[in-house]
Amino acid sequence: MPVPILKQGQVLIASIQAALTDQDLLQLQDELAEKVGRFRSRGVIIDVTALDVMDSFATRTLRGIAATTRLRGAKTVVVGVQPDVAIAIVQLGLTLHGVATALDLEEGFELLKQSATWNRSL
Amino acid sequence: MTDDLRVAVGRDADIVTARQLGRELAGKAGFAGSDLTLIATAISEVARNIISYANNGEILLGLTSKDGRQGLLVVAQDHGPGIADIEQALLDGFSTGKSLGLGLPGARRLMDEFEIVSELGRGTTVTMRKWCR
Repeated sequence: MPVPILKQGQVLIASIQAALTDQDLLQLQDELAEKVGRFRSRGVIIDVTALDVMDSFATRTLRGIAATTRLRGAKTVVVGVQPDVAIAIVQLGLTLHGVATALDLEEGFELLKQSATWNRSL
Repeated sequence: MTDDLRVAVGRDADIVTARQLGRELAGKAGFAGSDLTLIATAISEVARNIISYANNGEILLGLTSKDGRQGLLVVAQDHGPGIADIEQALLDGFSTGKSLGLGLPGARRLMDEFEIVSELGRGTTVTMRKWCR
């Protein structure tokens, strides 16, 4: 199931609704890289609240998305990692190193505002 | 065991199906909370290994018990190329594919019991168990 990407000001919000296949994740990466350019976005929020599993592939792809969008001039924040999912990621030996995280959508916006010099236009 | 499930694994959507069915069955076995997520994540890793290295195979899910404790049994088997060096495959960061190399060692950490039997040219069978706390 493809992930809907919403645009709010200079921020793109990828709101994951259900479990994602590897293909869905790769498609999300491609779309975000493209849309950051098309909408001249400065921030990306990926809401993973609905994900009940984040395995090594999902974690690696999220890191890839963050690195890709950074190269395109936008900062990515992953929000909504569930407590059980966080425990599993750590036990797997993975990290989201290099990816900004926040508790939820609201905190994610706050983080982008704080880290941006363009916050007046948000 | 009437609760045994067999999931054919041949495309990436099957990874999601296998881990969802595993989570469901683990719930029936009495697992709760983060254990359900740990089990689903471990299944996801071994299912992806099947697709990455053998193209297809299957995952068997079943209830098991030992010393009065309920548990979940997960068997992932394929008829792929097999693993040349299992010790190496279980090292963090080792991969012959393009992955992070955390799949097998990660899955081992998430479960209570973990064994691999592999024969070059014949295939690989990963057997994992987790026991209710």
